[in-house]
Amino acid sequence: MIAAILSLGCIGLVAAFALGLAAKKFAVEVVPRELAALEVLPGANCGACGYPGCAGFAKAVIEGKAELNQCPPGGAEVVLKLSRILGVEATAAEPEIAVVICQGDNRKAQLKYQYLGLDDCTAAQRVAGGPKACPGGCLGLGSCQRACPFDAIEMTDDGLAVISREKCTGCRKCIAVCPRNVIRMTPLASSVHVLCNSHDKGALVRKYCQIGCIGCHICKKTVPDAYQVETFLATVVYGHDEEAGEAIAKCPTQCIRDFQDGYPEGSRLAPAGSEKTHAA
Amino acid sequence: MKLRTFSGGVHPPDNKQWSAHLPIEDCPLPDQLIVPMSQHIGAPAAPCVAVGQQVAKGEVIGEAKGFVSVPIHAPTSGEVVAVEARLHPMGTALPAVVIKADGEDRWRDDLASAEPGDLTPEEIIDKVHQAGVVGLGGAAFPAHVKMSPPPEKPINTLIFNGVECEPYLTADHRMMLEETERILQGVALLQYVFGAERVVIGIEANKPDAIAHLEQHCTGTPVEVVALQVKYPQGAEKQLIAAVTGREVPSGGLPMDIGVAVHNVSTAAAVTDAVVQGRPLIERVCTVTGPAIREPKNLKIRIGTPLSHLVAVCGGLVEDPGKIILGGPMMGVAQLGFDAPAIRGTSGLLLLRQQDVERRPEGPCIRCARCVEGCPMKLLPTTIAAYARRDLFEATEEYRAMDCIECGCCSYSCPALIPLVQAIRYGKAAIMAKKRNA
Amino acid sequence: MRDVLYSLVPACGVAIYFFGPPALGVLLIATLGCLAVEAVSQRLMGQPVTIADGSAAITGVLLALNLPPTSPWWMTLLGAVIAIFIGKQVYGGLGANPFNPALVARVVLLISFPVQMTTWSAPAPLGSGLDLVTTATPLGEWKTAVMLTGQMPVEMQAGMTRYFLGNMPGCIGEVSALALLLGAAYLFYRRILTWHIPATYVGTVVVLSGIFWLLDPAKYPNPLFHLLTGGLVLGAFYMATDMVTTPVSMRGMLIFGTGCGVLTVLIRLFGGYPEGVSFAILLMNAATPLIDRYTRPKTFGTLPQGGAG
Repeated sequence: MIAAILSLGCIGLVAAFALGLAAKKFAVEVVPRELAALEVLPGANCGACGYPGCAGFAKAVIEGKAELNQCPPGGAEVVLKLSRILGVEATAAEPEIAVVICQGDNRKAQLKYQYLGLDDCTAAQRVAGGPKACPGGCLGLGSCQRACPFDAIEMTDDGLAVISREKCTGCRKCIAVCPRNVIRMTPLASSVHVLCNSHDKGALVRKYCQIGCIGCHICKKTVPDAYQVETFLATVVYGHDEEAGEAIAKCPTQCIRDFQDGYPEGSRLAPAGSEKTHAA
Repeated sequence: MKLRTFSGGVHPPDNKQWSAHLPIEDCPLPDQLIVPMSQHIGAPAAPCVAVGQQVAKGEVIGEAKGFVSVPIHAPTSGEVVAVEARLHPMGTALPAVVIKADGEDRWRDDLASAEPGDLTPEEIIDKVHQAGVVGLGGAAFPAHVKMSPPPEKPINTLIFNGVECEPYLTADHRMMLEETERILQGVALLQYVFGAERVVIGIEANKPDAIAHLEQHCTGTPVEVVALQVKYPQGAEKQLIAAVTGREVPSGGLPMDIGVAVHNVSTAAAVTDAVVQGRPLIERVCTVTGPAIREPKNLKIRIGTPLSHLVAVCGGLVEDPGKIILGGPMMGVAQLGFDAPAIRGTSGLLLLRQQDVERRPEGPCIRCARCVEGCPMKLLPTTIAAYARRDLFEATEEYRAMDCIECGCCSYSCPALIPLVQAIRYGKAAIMAKKRNA
Repeated sequence: MRDVLYSLVPACGVAIYFFGPPALGVLLIATLGCLAVEAVSQRLMGQPVTIADGSAAITGVLLALNLPPTSPWWMTLLGAVIAIFIGKQVYGGLGANPFNPALVARVVLLISFPVQMTTWSAPAPLGSGLDLVTTATPLGEWKTAVMLTGQMPVEMQAGMTRYFLGNMPGCIGEVSALALLLGAAYLFYRRILTWHIPATYVGTVVVLSGIFWLLDPAKYPNPLFHLLTGGLVLGAFYMATDMVTTPVSMRGMLIFGTGCGVLTVLIRLFGGYPEGVSFAILLMNAATPLIDRYTRPKTFGTLPQGGAG
């Protein structure tokens, strides 16, 4: 009994000594300010800043290699905290979020063929340019949803990606994986968008999508400042939100949407309006 | 006798009984021909005709752009009615020249016929290039490039591919039976160009008539006819070489690295036309077959013939097709409809019924290893696909995804219907993109 | 999947013939239990319920075949929970489990309830009027005898036909080599089984046990005894051939089978337990990723004679 206690005690002592030694010998140097900076970052390691994870960004900020406002998920709050740590003045970049500029789900937009294969938009895009007849429409296989580190993207039952305006932090991961370039960064303050990504002529768009922009210029005629039309596709000139809303009712294909009135049809996301919670 | 073959592979039902016995028929000319500028591996040709221009049969309508590229010729005489992007068999709209046939089918008058004995190898290669000859087995690799190996890689074995291992297709089979002279003349020309010591024609044992016929014609010549075991993908270049010579083309290498060149038997016939008669490659034999077509046929078609025309010539459809495939069922390309044209690499048009292509949803991999057994490249398809699907492209590459020849044996043998080839292709594309950016 | 179930019909039939209603009870409880646990756990995890694919039913039948006929109902049911939930679903369901689920359950039960799991009954064929009598398995009998006397009981040398038919105490499914081989023959015919693992497994056991037998025939039983008693046939043809938990390459399967054989003989002859098939297979399951790693087939064109890779 005593022998057992003694021998176990000795083993414990030796091991503790070895551990202590190792901790000293292999200690990693850390700059305290880096730790402090890392503490205030969101910790999602999303890579939106362009550095490998939050720790990489913290190091770069402290070393002066990165701007304080390079962390989109952190927003103004993180910029403020970082500026306190560094003792400098800094202003937050204007917050941006990602928007899927398409409403053509599988009920509203035609398919060229029935796709059976990998659940991945890039893989589907390689099969004759993707199953959707529209060359720009959302393929609806959810690659962006899987790429989103913040669980901000919803796939509707009819195959359309919808991004939550509350949860999106603007990290751009979804934009990187979308093979159809149908996700765009837009100012958070602007809630009116033309939700179409097809530059085809109106007659062709009408053939394959009930809710696509046909380039009819009505929106631009209604509010000349707030819209521009380029190769048969209208876009909102951001910064004219109040006026932009006036054209919504005039659009013959209803492809302009004010997200404050709600998300595209089929989405289970709650209508917007509580956007201030994000900016806080 | 034990037939030669490679290791791995699968045994899909060959379904050649639909059309193997049918002699080649000339397909009537369609009113319009859509001739894509990209019908080969390499840079697409550049259109060199204008709308409204009259062209003669065999006139160049698209110029080769660079060495790995071939010119495109007018398949018949007529008027150019459009030079624009048209639906290509690959599923997207690509530049094409549309010709309205005038019905005269008049050859251009400067065709230069030649006595093969008078030509140097360089002259032959040039004639082949000018005629736009590409591999007619399906991949459509420019023949003149294959015929110009660098001097440090001499070719000692020349293999002609009469395997036709894709189910349903019988175009090469009929060519071997009916165009024997043209093929063998091309074989002799290519042997002369390469200076090869050994010349082999490899044929799968399910074509005993073709084997006997060619053996009879080759007695007294240096050409060997080798019967091969019926197994898919016996006709894939690397597998054919392994079966005939017992040697493996090194990973990432080309057949010339081990002194071998492989040409399709139909390509040999096209070489004969190009060299002896100076005729460009404007027609080929295409098998129109499958349970959804009324009268299967082996048709000699003009390049650019719309698929709808082929269907009409073959008596129309029995029922709505579940799948339209250009080429064979294993490696062919599914079509969106009948609007695209047949091109130089089109060895067949296969029409399957809905009930032939019914698919259950994909299941989980239970590691049954049938794909491993079937892989002719001795890869681990399930492992590669699993890595590729998770975007772990370094591991995908480490498991040698780049050696995959996309023959489809793994997808064919998978009881869980996992789209293995698609996943591997996805991984390969990502690996190649990474290499380009690096 | 269905084919595997069909192939197990003879073995189940023999078991019911020899052990009567208790065996039928264990079979039913295990199979229905596994199906229920699969459905419940998939529902809980928010996954599609896939009990129709037959894999849970196979696990259930195999679990039953690996239990003594006198297993109490609660132990069988617990086995079903362990097999499906802990052995399979927590890893992600079909295709993702590293260990054979039925064997995981069997070993957990064996360690947790040694009394119930090693209470064997002598067969009492239907209609014979006999009651089930508690006794020892041939392997257990041999091990006890060797421990006590260092010698093998003489009468054990003569029971081979009886063992082959299955007229001996043991787990429900392991007793009749004949019935199991019938089922396996069907699976070979349907190309579901390949020869690699069963042949190397059985072959290794025969060779290795043969060597010991030749060294000391009085102490060690002959290879036939090893083959026909215990769970070797069940293990080699049904448990060690579970595709999910075995290597994918041919060479890997050969190594796997050989490893199972070596471990089985070592455990049987020198281990604490009389039977080692389950432990051997589970240990080799654990080694499967390693085996797969080192037995990757040589990719076409990378062999030295093919030139530089």
